[in-house]
Amino acid sequence: MEFLRPQTWAEALAAKAELPGAVPIQGGTDVMVEINFDVRRPPALLDLTRVAELARWSAEPDGRLRVGAGVPYARVISELADRLPGLAQAARTVGSPQIRNRGTVGGNLGAASPAGDSHPPLLACGAVIEVESAARGVRAVPAEEFYLGVKRNALEPDELIKAFVTPVAGGPQYFSKVGTRNAMVIAVCSFCVALHPAERRAGTGIGSAAPVPLRALAAEEFLAAELDWAGTAPLAPALLTRFGELVGAAAAPIDDVRGTAAYRRHALSVLARRTLTWAWNDHRKAAERCA
Amino acid sequence: MRLNFTVNGRATAVDDVWEGESLLYVLRERAGLPGAKNACEQGECGSCTVYLDGSPVCACLVAAGQAEGREVRTVEGLGGPGRLDPLQEAFVECGAVQCGFCTPGLLVQAHDLLERVTHPSDAEIREALAGNLCRCTGYEKILDAVRLAAERKAAAR
Ligand SMILES: Cc1cc2nc3c(=O)[nH]c(=O)nc-3n(C[C@H](O)[C@H](O)[C@H](O)COP(=O)(O)OP(=O)(O)OC[C@H]3O[C@@H](n4cnc5c(N)ncnc54)[C@H](O)[C@@H]3O)c2cc1C
Ligand code: FES
Ligand code: FES
Repeated sequence: MEFLRPQTWAEALAAKAELPGAVPIQGGTDVMVEINFDVRRPPALLDLTRVAELARWSAEPDGRLRVGAGVPYARVISELADRLPGLAQAARTVGSPQIRNRGTVGGNLGAASPAGDSHPPLLACGAVIEVESAARGVRAVPAEEFYLGVKRNALEPDELIKAFVTPVAGGPQYFSKVGTRNAMVIAVCSFCVALHPAERRAGTGIGSAAPVPLRALAAEEFLAAELDWAGTAPLAPALLTRFGELVGAAAAPIDDVRGTAAYRRHALSVLARRTLTWAWNDHRKAAERCA
Repeated sequence: MRLNFTVNGRATAVDDVWEGESLLYVLRERAGLPGAKNACEQGECGSCTVYLDGSPVCACLVAAGQAEGREVRTVEGLGGPGRLDPLQEAFVECGAVQCGFCTPGLLVQAHDLLERVTHPSDAEIREALAGNLCRCTGYEKILDAVRLAAERKAAAR
């Protein structure tokens, strides 16, 4: 096995082009488990932790945030919770403090597990994943086009994930996850809702309830049509029920050791109603303050 | 490959490191530092916790080559020569150690908490130690030890 240690992004892309079988490694919290258990014996490891731009985040000229693939969860929580509350809430539920110190959103995207906790907030926020190759330059892939199947993503063999670019939260966002404990759990299912009051719509993301993380599109359309953005009334129970049903219906869950398909659908409906209630209550408070 | 890094303040070089090897293996089998323990090799138990450039991590999930040029601090480096860290003393006094397998990881992880938070609440202690499993103690004496060490560290400030 080779151990490649590029110092710059250009060197990293060149190395990946030359040896497409090289496995990128950032926090190693997925890669090293596979190597320790002999699931994988790649020809080379491509260590990206020395590439400084991957560990940075910044504001784009258009106001969106660009977050490098190598920013660990601990920093998403400590530095970005005000701008990306949904993602920060999801990051808080990942593994343990040790895992959050190392694990990254880029690694979560690379692994593309349907249960990855970054995915529902990235979908709900409308994030775009930036990938790059030495030969063809940068491609911007919307999150919903990035996930192709169980542990399969849209990366070509010579490409690396550079960053994700996402609007700063323009309204309340809530992430919620079902698991057997408060720490160290893979999601049985998870859900994120992000209100975008300026656009009078809401984004959603479902995790661990289909081969890929996905948006609940019919539920989003329903909210865009039914929510009274100018009003400050609580949500009608019928609206919440319908929203929960539409989110549950959007999923395509399976029975496995963590839960049955029927349980997942039911739990998703509950998560959807709860997170929307929290988000709407925050939105009402903000609207009352402005009034 | 050869690996150069700093362990507990000492510049260290080890040879014949396999490229897929973990930092934990290097520490235990090549650098003569068996304090960090190997129990699961998958990040679940925390018994391999060490500081890497000042942040606690699972050494079993760090590829050896990723530690090149970095600073590692293990349980062996928490106290001074012939002297225990107050947190280690508190573990001894409170009976927080039974078989001791989880202890090195818990010490490093709790040490980091006390470096960052002067008066941690019980919820903060539990949250900080959520990734460290102990099969013996039932955790209560470990919590006692962390609280005692926090009090003593605060009093000494
Ligand atoms: C104990 C434990 C608990 C966990 N709990 C959770 C949890 O609660 N929720 C959750 O979502 N995940 C969890 N995970 C999984 C893991 O921590 C996450 O998927 C994490 O985001 C991976 O990030 P990393 O930087 O460690 O990735 P790595 O292991 O370094 O890489 C992961 C994958 O992405 C690829 N990759 C990495 N960087 C790039 C890049 N820049 N370009 C292209 N490909 C890249 C790698 O080749 C690999 O395939 C857990 C893991 C462990 C060990
Ligand atoms: S041995 Fe590293 S976490 Fe268990
Ligand atoms: S003392 Fe035995 S595992 Fe904790």
